[in-house]
Amino acid sequence: MTSLLPPAQKNWWAVPVGRQEIIWIAIALVWCLIMFFMMPLWHMYGNQNIPTEAYKVTPAKYQAKVNEMIEKYKVREETAMKIPVVAPPDGADVYLLARLWQWYPMLELKKDVTYRLHLNSIDWNHGFSLQPVNINIQVVPGYEMVLNITPNKAGEYTIVCNEYCGIMHHAMLGKIWVKE
Amino acid sequence: MAQFRQCPDTGLFFHKEAENLMKANAVAGVVCLLIGGILALLVVLTRWPAIHLLPADSFYMVLTAHGVCALIFWMIFFEMAILYFAGSTLLRSRLATPRWAWAGFVMMVIGAVMTLAAIFGGKSSVMMTSYVPMRAEPHFYLGLVIFAVGALIGCFVYLGTLVVAKNEKTYEGSVPLVTFGATTACIIAIFTIASGAEILIPTYLWSIGYISHIDPAMYRLIWWALGHSSQQINVAAHVAVWYLIAGVIFGARPMSEKVSRAAYLLYIFFLQLASAHHLLTDPGLSVEWKLFNTSYAMYLAVLASMIHGLTVPGAIEVAQRKKGLTNGAFEWLRKAPWGNPVFSSMFISLVGFGFLGGISGVVMGTEQISIIIHNTIYVPGHFHATVVIGTTMAWMGLTYLLIPVLFRRKMIFPQAAKLQPYIFALGMSMVAVFHMAAGTLGVARRHWDMGFAGNPLGFEYPATAYLLMGIAGIGGVIGVIGGALFCVIAVGSLVFGEKLQKEAGLLQSFGVPLADSAYTNEKPARLPMAPAEAVEADHGESGFEAPGTFILAMVLLVSFVIYYFINWKYLSEVWGIS
Repeated sequence: MTSLLPPAQKNWWAVPVGRQEIIWIAIALVWCLIMFFMMPLWHMYGNQNIPTEAYKVTPAKYQAKVNEMIEKYKVREETAMKIPVVAPPDGADVYLLARLWQWYPMLELKKDVTYRLHLNSIDWNHGFSLQPVNINIQVVPGYEMVLNITPNKAGEYTIVCNEYCGIMHHAMLGKIWVKE
Repeated sequence: MAQFRQCPDTGLFFHKEAENLMKANAVAGVVCLLIGGILALLVVLTRWPAIHLLPADSFYMVLTAHGVCALIFWMIFFEMAILYFAGSTLLRSRLATPRWAWAGFVMMVIGAVMTLAAIFGGKSSVMMTSYVPMRAEPHFYLGLVIFAVGALIGCFVYLGTLVVAKNEKTYEGSVPLVTFGATTACIIAIFTIASGAEILIPTYLWSIGYISHIDPAMYRLIWWALGHSSQQINVAAHVAVWYLIAGVIFGARPMSEKVSRAAYLLYIFFLQLASAHHLLTDPGLSVEWKLFNTSYAMYLAVLASMIHGLTVPGAIEVAQRKKGLTNGAFEWLRKAPWGNPVFSSMFISLVGFGFLGGISGVVMGTEQISIIIHNTIYVPGHFHATVVIGTTMAWMGLTYLLIPVLFRRKMIFPQAAKLQPYIFALGMSMVAVFHMAAGTLGVARRHWDMGFAGNPLGFEYPATAYLLMGIAGIGGVIGVIGGALFCVIAVGSLVFGEKLQKEAGLLQSFGVPLADSAYTNEKPARLPMAPAEAVEADHGESGFEAPGTFILAMVLLVSFVIYYFINWKYLSEVWGIS
């Protein structure tokens, strides 16, 4: 039971390491470094990177920005709750608000156009989970996050909330339409 | 005067006070596992779309309790038992300040009961993570704080025991590798608990109105230094248990003390950085911070796990080859004692942790890949592979080992015990794999209804997602059956198992001291160093000591590489984000 006993040599740190372990450690280390450098490389050459742009914001201020955008670019309303649908101009700042238990408003975007999507929650943590593409972003109250997003396929998309936010969490949905 | 008894079967020495503390902590752990398992069944049957058992409010309450019970209480209680075992029994030392250790244990019990009472009161369904500003009842946080302080006392008792053992010269040379690993776990535990205090004490004060505001982003950052690091205690401890079981069953000698201990040292330095894994899609964190932390500083902790992944089975292979099992690459493995639940639990833990938990964990912890995985049910899939197949199965193997040695009872239902690890592993592997698969289709975690009942907008996950969640549900039920079998065998053995020593009565199974006649006042002989190795006669083919293990390690690496780049491919197909 020698793993339960003190090492056989008092100077166990000076005992040479076998060839097999050295080879494995070398291989594993190379793989670890490859994995590490993939991340900065993707920042340089990849198209999916979470930006660091974010601002501290109060619920009232953020709500005001959302309302201003809706006033300017509202195109129609959806469902019995009359949730506004906003079609912002190319490259515009788009403000999406998360609250119990709704994504507000709905958005109509164009394919291959880049928008500045702002995300904020005015109450608890929420999770922006865009389906069926499966993009998932944490939405933290008090922090307005700005993502430059470029839809690459037309269609109807649903925003699911995937951060637990109370009893009606499962019913918190939003919509984004992407047009050609 | 410290009293000891020697186990006649294994030669291990048990200090009277330490022995009772080990029993009490292990039993408390198994009770928490039992509760956690019952709750798991309710969670599984609700997330299985065709059954959808509980209403939403009970589901979130049960899910909160399941997380806290299984992920915190079961693990930490059992880890206390492991610390006392590694500090006192393995070093043949008396335990330092047993009264403090009992005080710590009592605090842990009080804390656990308090938090569970808050959850089952129905007003603290905030999940284990309890992200502010969602508010739980004050005693939810207070219970966790009391539990953590109790565990902290246990950690210091362990460190004190190391000092006692050193001063009283109870062992020759350096501490055994298993104790070294337990010390790693202890150090990580202290960091973890300090982080927990740093965030849960202010949150408690906030919940009773003494603090007006807790920043939600800061909360997440510090909470995860508790939440993720607590799982790293498990990793360090269950790797120590792998070495322990390899030593007990095979007499395996670590391939290299230096390599294994250096790997543990990497854990101490880098493993706790992983709190960043949970924050990769959070607002405002710099890229440099995320890259450094999420990769444990260039994946040095992953390197450590890959090293243990070679050296643990490698040590077994070398020991088996010495016994003459030298045919081909895998005779040593084929002829391993697969019918012994101590070994099978341990080996499944090793393989499952590496292939399912390890690979998926590194992939999802890659900064950008987190975008397609964060908060989907992929995440629970991953950590059921690490903490259930990995840690829990290692603890189960250790329990089977300890029933005769520590509790002095013969295990009941030996035939069922042979099968138990396989049933449990099958079920939990299904849970892990199919949840991960459903996560890639976007199914959310911590979500009562994937059909979104009550929302007029309408959205349907693909039919495949429902199928995958159904299969995961079947796996969950199988897993619960396997877990229940374990609880029946473990608790049943303590109550009904044949006594291996006349003093081992019913109460003695639960921490009451054995009669004095079982112990002697004689100090155990000093723990000798391992016998010096005989000259290496046969190095196996290609000059490698453990060629079979090397092949297994390469299979792991190839799977790892393929799976890693597949996920980059998936990521490249989603909308541009910059």
